[in-house]
Amino acid sequence: MSALLEITGISKQYPGVLANDNISLTVSAGEVVALLGENGAGKSTLLKAVFGLVKPDTGEIKIGGEPIIFGDTAGIIARGVGMVHQHFQLVPVMTVAENIILGDEPKSGLFINMKAARAEIIALSKRYGLEVDPDAVIEDLPVGMQQRVEILKALRKDVKLLILDEPTAVLTPQEIDELLGVIRNLANSGVGIVLITHKLHEVMAVADRVVVLRGGKLIGTTSPKETDEAGLAQMMVGRSVVLQVNRTEAKRGGVVLEVKGLQVRDDRKILSVKGVDLSLHKGEILGIAGVEGNGQREFVEAICGMRHREAGEVIINGVATKDMHPHGAHEAGISHIPEDREKHGLVSSYSIADNLILNQFDQEPFAKGWIRNLGEISKNAISMVEKFDIRTPSAFNTAGSLSGGNKQKVVVARELSEDLPVLIAAQPTRGVDVGSIEFIHNQLLSARDKGAAVLLVSAELDEILSLSDRIAVMSGGKIVAIVDSKGADRNYIGRLMAGLDK
Amino acid sequence: MITLIKRRGSYYFLAVSLATLYLYSQSANITTSVFSIAVTFAMPLALAAMVGIMCERTGIVNIGIEGTLLLSSFVAFYVAIAAKSILIGFVAAMATGVAMSLLLALMSVTWKMDQIIAGTILNILATGLTSFFYIQGNMLPSMFKQKPIPGLSNLPFFGDVLFKHGLLMYLGFVVIITLYYGLFHTPWGLRTRAVGEHPSSADTAGVSVSRMRYVNVAVAGAIGGLCGSYLVLELVGSWNRGFTAGKGFTALALMIFGRWNPMGALAAAMFFGLAQAGANQLMINGTVNIPPQFVGILPYVMTIIVLAISAGKVRPPAAEGQPYEKGQS
Amino acid sequence: MSKLIDEVKDSRRKYDVGSWIVPIIAVLTAMFVASVLMMIQGLDPMLAYKSLFTTAFGSSEGIAATLGKATPLVLSGLAVTLGLRAGLFNIGVQGQLLTGALASAWAGYALSNLPPLVHIALALSFGFFFGALVGAIAGYLKAFRGVHEVITTIMLNSIVMGIVDYLASNPFKEPDQALTRTPQILESVRLPMFGNFPSGFFLAAALAFLMWWILGFTTTGFRFNTVGRNRFAAWYAGISYKKTIFFAMLFSGGIAGLGGAVETLGITYRFEPAFNLGLGFDGITIALLGRVHPVGIIPGAILIGGMRAGAADMQFDAGVAPELVDLLLAMILFFVTAPLISRFFKNSANRSLTGGWGN
Repeated sequence: MSALLEITGISKQYPGVLANDNISLTVSAGEVVALLGENGAGKSTLLKAVFGLVKPDTGEIKIGGEPIIFGDTAGIIARGVGMVHQHFQLVPVMTVAENIILGDEPKSGLFINMKAARAEIIALSKRYGLEVDPDAVIEDLPVGMQQRVEILKALRKDVKLLILDEPTAVLTPQEIDELLGVIRNLANSGVGIVLITHKLHEVMAVADRVVVLRGGKLIGTTSPKETDEAGLAQMMVGRSVVLQVNRTEAKRGGVVLEVKGLQVRDDRKILSVKGVDLSLHKGEILGIAGVEGNGQREFVEAICGMRHREAGEVIINGVATKDMHPHGAHEAGISHIPEDREKHGLVSSYSIADNLILNQFDQEPFAKGWIRNLGEISKNAISMVEKFDIRTPSAFNTAGSLSGGNKQKVVVARELSEDLPVLIAAQPTRGVDVGSIEFIHNQLLSARDKGAAVLLVSAELDEILSLSDRIAVMSGGKIVAIVDSKGADRNYIGRLMAGLDK
Repeated sequence: MITLIKRRGSYYFLAVSLATLYLYSQSANITTSVFSIAVTFAMPLALAAMVGIMCERTGIVNIGIEGTLLLSSFVAFYVAIAAKSILIGFVAAMATGVAMSLLLALMSVTWKMDQIIAGTILNILATGLTSFFYIQGNMLPSMFKQKPIPGLSNLPFFGDVLFKHGLLMYLGFVVIITLYYGLFHTPWGLRTRAVGEHPSSADTAGVSVSRMRYVNVAVAGAIGGLCGSYLVLELVGSWNRGFTAGKGFTALALMIFGRWNPMGALAAAMFFGLAQAGANQLMINGTVNIPPQFVGILPYVMTIIVLAISAGKVRPPAAEGQPYEKGQS
Repeated sequence: MSKLIDEVKDSRRKYDVGSWIVPIIAVLTAMFVASVLMMIQGLDPMLAYKSLFTTAFGSSEGIAATLGKATPLVLSGLAVTLGLRAGLFNIGVQGQLLTGALASAWAGYALSNLPPLVHIALALSFGFFFGALVGAIAGYLKAFRGVHEVITTIMLNSIVMGIVDYLASNPFKEPDQALTRTPQILESVRLPMFGNFPSGFFLAAALAFLMWWILGFTTTGFRFNTVGRNRFAAWYAGISYKKTIFFAMLFSGGIAGLGGAVETLGITYRFEPAFNLGLGFDGITIALLGRVHPVGIIPGAILIGGMRAGAADMQFDAGVAPELVDLLLAMILFFVTAPLISRFFKNSANRSLTGGWGN
């Protein structure tokens, strides 16, 4: 079999990060190559380079034996490369048909021939068994359906090589199984497939060959026949066990945070938290497990006063908190490590020092009345940088100049510095390097040991399993079960996340 | 108009039609003349709004429309005088519009500058250039004359209102209708809207975001040139400092009011034109006695009221105002 | 380059002369391009510039005239700066300034029998108050109705222009006078001179330093800056976006109105609609030339004030139309923003001033 894709010695340097370091790999027709690696391992950068969306500093990429030209996405598509992007490349306000034909529209005269487009899409979806409604508007569709559109868009071009970038992140287990079936069928019909993922069981289920990346480097190539999930994990993280935190028994106290009958709508005004009751105790970590998009984000934002509560109450130490008032929630005793740290957590053009007091800027000792106490702000910054191991030349550099892990440490440092009774950590280690992950995990545990009630929301089930004392599983906007983490069964929780067991 | 009638606009359209019919039955001549004048007020506003729609649908905010109109009308006037040909003046104005647009595209697409500031630069530049080079006391060799369209101009009411105008007015209607069909029924329109809503989708589908933006902004500039030419070569016939009097800014509001749809913006412009022409007629009749300054500020007050009502209910192209960075989806 | 931008971003840093390179290059480039244009017209640019700057800075009378012209420019530059710091682009400085000018003129001629200092303070407050009122309309619409301030302030400019024109030609008109203008203000309400120099300038400069201190050293300043850089983080930190936006626009308008008042009470001694044209738009150029720094705008305002003061003599000596200054300003704005401003906003989560008209 000839190589469809040949990557030779690709390197790409971003400011502060070597995203790809001399990576070579080939993909042949009819095989499924899994590209495995943690967040930040350099998978997405590599594949963007294949698509001509990122210009590598060194190295060469050949498709069908011919080198590609940077920026010539159209030419690369024409050679039979399709990509299903991690962030769907769909125009939300347009219809399924419009999205699929974009860039290569069937015409009659000067106008688009929508009739032909519809017929083509229906034929296409029949051929691959991926049913869609050509006239539905993308933003009204559920995520799984949107991904179908994304896949059909790629398949329409008669692809020889299909690249899927983290395609399962937002899918339910059934949808994942379906997708893996589609991938296998495509490979059997002679399409070369690159599957980018960090989920081990998917790799084991579908890949012919596994290429593992870590920290921008190619660590090794193997196949599901030669190894098992543990072996893959070891290659991925470079340690013998995935995530094992030294955790002592929780000294659980009384209820600190109480959520009663909470209902919340998402950005599209759809009810995504459908009546949640939850109690969080002093001195415990309660993990919320769930497939992303099952209401966790809206749940956390509503608790922290950042999203309107449709119904229900959030009570801290017996006092109900105000709706839509983040600072009120903070004053009531909630520290919050927000999911989107760039948007909510930091002002990237401010100094690290200012970011460390962002939500205390008008409080003693950082302000005396109307006047800011710059001396105290600096003193605090210098000690925090030291204590939280924030890697920066100076506490007065801008937060924007830090790496992802160090930015997160700034947020964590700020939120933990006040020792508030409740800590809510939403995806605290997303996009953070392995070293910082460990540091942040230890900080969460020590906050618990000092008596804080910690609510941890994470899409990484392993993170939840290794840190939590209790695990609440969220599915379809509801807490479907709360289990003790001791002896919790991974598979059982997985089925709960999928909404299968009750 | 068809889509407009089908949609929310139907009640508005019906109400205006009934009111017009009533007025027409009361005084046919005056109603016809008010509408006919309203169309001449509305056309430059509508064309200026088309400039905005072309740019914003492709993701570029253009608050430099006023500057584009000012400079292109200025060029139209003086080139027409120098070349003794209004046609050459018209062509020069289009070229000026395109040049202004390319400057905007350079600043906002290539240099990724803040687009509001880029537009402000166009406005201040046009003001500076026109006031520096302005010479008083020139006369146009001629103007675009009224050319009634045979047959259609004999229609009652509509003949006088729509089909007894000059060449540039007709051209304006052609541009607006073409733009409407172009945006919603052609591959170019689909790509334009995709670039304005979600540029990385277009990029990954092999549509060049920068090229679409450059081309569309340039075409918008040509429409701006047409608008400037219409004002000076067909409607007014002379030029003075501050000639365009904020039409380019009002156009932005019409664009928003018309939900970035050429037909919607045309309807909004017509509404403004009617209000202005109606107010003028009332003053001529002596029905009401309003200070002329207050009639003058009417469009601006209406704009603010309209925006205060419609803001939050309209959704602009999602990617507008944001430079596109390749590979950052 | 990036070091320079950090300087711009951090108002608490020491005022660094070394980082003045971009504005200086921008001014020189603009002057160079303008001299090419003059040569095309067959005029002598060296003679024009010599005449311009000798008039403006060559004598103490010249400097006094320059400072007089610079005074409203400092204030309109401050108004734009305050808006930009809170993430607002106040194009309405022109209208706010006109309102303030007319309001203070009315207070200056219609109110009498007041002690001079009280009268001056009252007339200045009138200017501030009415300018703030116009700014507050845009602020209210932005904060509570979600209407983009760029459009509302542009519209308010035109509306204000119509209203002041009506007022100056009807109820407030000087009796038995063909021109559209108000009567002269009373002697007692005129701003005093410090020797040769207009005291209004020192008032404006003091205000610039006050704003610098407020933005850099107080919690209010922190609120403004945070909302301007990342409104989501501001919200998260307990800073009310709506309140901050509203007050930023209100004070921006008030400062602009004060600019009009200082012009009326210190220079023109009456209101005439044609007096103050363009001052508001010059404020945009000055704010950006001063790198959105309250104190940084003072030299820019003096430079441009000097150009305005010397323009008439330049026409007399070198035959160059005084509108050359408008052209120069436009080009200065272009050259100073191209490298700098694009990055000023790029690092913030707001990404641009324009996240769609609806916000």
